[in-house]
Amino acid sequence: MAMAEPLSRLSPGEAPAKRPRAEAGIAVDCRDVSMRFITERRTVTALEDVSFSVESGGFMSLLGPSGCGKSTLLRLVADLLAPTSGTITVLGRTPREARLDRALGFVFQDAALLPWRTALENVALPLEVGGHRGLPAGAPTPRELLRLVGLEGWEGSFPHELSGGMRQRVSIARALLGGPRILLMDEPFGALDEITRDRLNEELRRIWLQTGTTILFVTHSVYEAIYLGETVLVLAANPGRVRAAVEIDLPRERALAIRETEPFNRIAAKLRGLLAGEA
Amino acid sequence: MSASADLAGLETRVDPAEAEYRRAKRREAIRRKVLPCLGILIGIAVWAALVDLLKVPPFIAPAPLVVLETLVAKSDVLLSNLWPTMVEAVGGFIIGNVFAIALATLFVHRKALSETFFPLVVLINSIPVVAKAPILVLLLGNGFAPKIAIAAVISFFPTLVNMVRGLEAVNPQAMELMRVLSASKREIFLKLRLYNSLPYLFSALRISASSSVVGAIVGEWIGSNYGIGALIIQATYAFDSALLYATVLVGSAFSVAFFMAIALAERLIVRWQPPAAA
Repeated sequence: MAMAEPLSRLSPGEAPAKRPRAEAGIAVDCRDVSMRFITERRTVTALEDVSFSVESGGFMSLLGPSGCGKSTLLRLVADLLAPTSGTITVLGRTPREARLDRALGFVFQDAALLPWRTALENVALPLEVGGHRGLPAGAPTPRELLRLVGLEGWEGSFPHELSGGMRQRVSIARALLGGPRILLMDEPFGALDEITRDRLNEELRRIWLQTGTTILFVTHSVYEAIYLGETVLVLAANPGRVRAAVEIDLPRERALAIRETEPFNRIAAKLRGLLAGEA
Repeated sequence: MSASADLAGLETRVDPAEAEYRRAKRREAIRRKVLPCLGILIGIAVWAALVDLLKVPPFIAPAPLVVLETLVAKSDVLLSNLWPTMVEAVGGFIIGNVFAIALATLFVHRKALSETFFPLVVLINSIPVVAKAPILVLLLGNGFAPKIAIAAVISFFPTLVNMVRGLEAVNPQAMELMRVLSASKREIFLKLRLYNSLPYLFSALRISASSSVVGAIVGEWIGSNYGIGALIIQATYAFDSALLYATVLVGSAFSVAFFMAIALAERLIVRWQPPAAA
């Protein structure tokens, strides 16, 4: 299990002395993946020969302009779509096997909460479908996960009673239920105001450090990509392809203020250059 | 959470401007209740004045007070004719809606069935009730059955159309979520589609609550010697305008009560919608 330390013993804001050790190996591996969508008028090549891999316990940001196929890439890993060609390996298995085994958690752009369920019932939904009735031993309960994302006391609230940021926190807690080894996040903070977004960025880093989950995070914000990721995969559009994979050489413990430092700005300048099409 | 701190602060502070705002709100609420009642009273007064001033003979139109007297004096006749209409309307409402919900469920799971029969459904729905009613009377005879059938047919169509829409109009990301969780078709139906359809279902039920009463009454016009519809016909032919008006009042009171019962059920069941959207 990647989640070596039960979350219940951790509380928000408390930086763990030592990150749970992730097992060695590759969490997600894509080889020459292409994806074409056929429509009435034309055939769209969303992705062309995309190859990359993420280590277990890694945090990769997928950065690119609209239409570069970054959300499509995430959906291929989650087995929501099947590639036209190429192979995807998730934890040494096919995406389908990984999905059936609940190795994946997905966070959508809109929180995709069910409006008739309270925050707590939304987090518990994964236990009611797909034949996964019980939590693995030692895995945090829905209540503990709500505490982890800072929503203690809001368990009984309905989605319409929560702010956009709080709804997204609930959906992160839901994705973490059952201790998935990979968390796929599709521009989860894209619709939030900048202040809320900053706070959630900080918390996501903290959650990543606490849980040891591998994260793939889609964004079109250069700052978000660098602040969150250990690696940034820069994508280009039309057709969607990999421009570069940039290692982010920043300390593991990062405060938001790191965005005003010289090394951060150097990386940002480099990524902007890559996005603009420089080699 | 800072948001909870903000909320706590809001509740404890009693601000004179806020108290004034609350008072204004209350006055507004009272106005909204009083003014419609005033409107109704003015309407009745104008009616009474017209009947009196123009010396309208009682077999053309009654004075409001005479209607009230009839309502009390003939309450046994009115009530004994209300029961059959209630049974027909409510019975038809239940049968029609149960069939509609079942068929909508089938349509959502079997696309081919939906594509084959939905156009036929729309075609039948376009026939006016007054035209459908005689056909059903011929088929089912003169008892309760044709009236219940007419009420059922009227209830059936709006519910079928809305229910199909509600079961299908599911947030695409919620569908993707269900797939990531490897949910079965049955689980998707029970956990997602069914709940999603409830607001759509209730808006159809509110329509069919009133229209099932219309259906029962139209059925009674065509062939019956009991019920609100039959009493309307009898009173009209007897030039008993006071009885006619009283019967109409009783019928519409029932229709309004039925509608309000459904609206109340909706408020108790569909509790997750923000007040503004409801």
